[in-house]
Amino acid sequence: MHIAEGVLAPSILALGGMLSLGGCALGLRRLDESRIMPVALLSAAFFTGSLLHVPIGPVSSHLLLNGLLGVLLGWAAFPAIAVALMLQALLFQYGGLTTLGVNAWNMALPAILAGYLARPWLSTSGWPRFLAAFCCGALGVAGAAILTALSLNFSDEGFLTAAKILLLAHVPVALVEGLVTASAVSFLAQVRPEMLRQAFNR
Amino acid sequence: MFSEPFAAGQTWVHRLDARVRIGIALCFSCVLAAASSQQQTLFGLIAACLLLISSRPPLRPFLRRLAAVNMFVLFLWLTVPCTMPGPAAFHIGPLSCSQAGLHLVWLVSLKANAIAMLFIACVASMPVARFGHALYSLKVPGKFVFLLLFTYRSIFLLADEWQRLNRALRLHNFVATTNLHSYRTMGSLIGLTLVRSLDRAGRIHQAMLLRGFNGNFNSLVEFRLKRLDYLFLAAALAVLALYLFL
Repeated sequence: MHIAEGVLAPSILALGGMLSLGGCALGLRRLDESRIMPVALLSAAFFTGSLLHVPIGPVSSHLLLNGLLGVLLGWAAFPAIAVALMLQALLFQYGGLTTLGVNAWNMALPAILAGYLARPWLSTSGWPRFLAAFCCGALGVAGAAILTALSLNFSDEGFLTAAKILLLAHVPVALVEGLVTASAVSFLAQVRPEMLRQAFNR
Repeated sequence: MFSEPFAAGQTWVHRLDARVRIGIALCFSCVLAAASSQQQTLFGLIAACLLLISSRPPLRPFLRRLAAVNMFVLFLWLTVPCTMPGPAAFHIGPLSCSQAGLHLVWLVSLKANAIAMLFIACVASMPVARFGHALYSLKVPGKFVFLLLFTYRSIFLLADEWQRLNRALRLHNFVATTNLHSYRTMGSLIGLTLVRSLDRAGRIHQAMLLRGFNGNFNSLVEFRLKRLDYLFLAAALAVLALYLFL
């Protein structure tokens, strides 16, 4: 999911960088000083999510958790994801300085949209909430895959097939991510329901 | 677990001012990412290689990082040359590899590795804490830097909590497979990890407030440009001029 450096066209990199700067500024403005600690923790969850492998048939894939972040953080998910990506570049060499903007935009925008869409259903219980959370997790991954494929495709027409393969490969990943997110949200709704409510209040 | 293997070195690259290193890495990465000629990218790769060698990274972690970069590059090698339209360079059975595709992927491989080497030499060679404080003195908003530093701190908290719960799960002989039960268990475990870590983070925050935390993060490192930094900046500018001349 992380696009390596040197792949995308300069125009796409610049566009992603600017959009991400805007998103981060908006997210930071809505982020209250007293909430930095919990946001940092969820950002760390996004960071470690890339190390959690779940089996899908014979292969395994790692979780993205951007949908979960969107539900729990709202706009603050933007700086949270940007920070986590920065740390992943520093500690694992996933992505890098120039692709940070594009990668952050690709993962954070679907997260926030999914969070907004799922929001009205999260206060319900049982199946509606489970389904909403499932869609949120699945949309997070699917949206990120679509945006990643688009940024590849707009960089050079030669990347078209690579983008298509990337998109197809993420269909099962999105389903699994949806199930895991739905379970996590159900758990949080039972144990700590206030966590689901506070994201979009500000 | 999340180690910083390149930060422990004692070379002249490590003695450079963190702000200079970040600035140079960012500037050169952008220039290289926009490069379109093979000559320029090769020049960039050689320059990055030289800088990397003088930062003397430990070999094994370095190769692992480079492998992480080249996974994506490999994916492009497998897909792009055979599918890009254009005159064919050669055929493998029914597949034809286009010249344009080969050229594109070759250029991308050079660029990706050059930028990654530059990043490892300049940025990954400093502790995360110093990186954060350097960003702060480069006028990045304090809230963002604070978030970065606390995320770094929380990673260990979270990993600790996760491992404890995971161990408990393994004691019950849980093995994750492809079924709903596994995914639900993973989800619940993530939820439980979050709840527990949030409680712990809340207690840390309260303890910080008790000690008079006011939202500022003070660093013990003072950033000051030395002669070495000016020399490095001058050399970097010379390399940039040479690069643009190519």
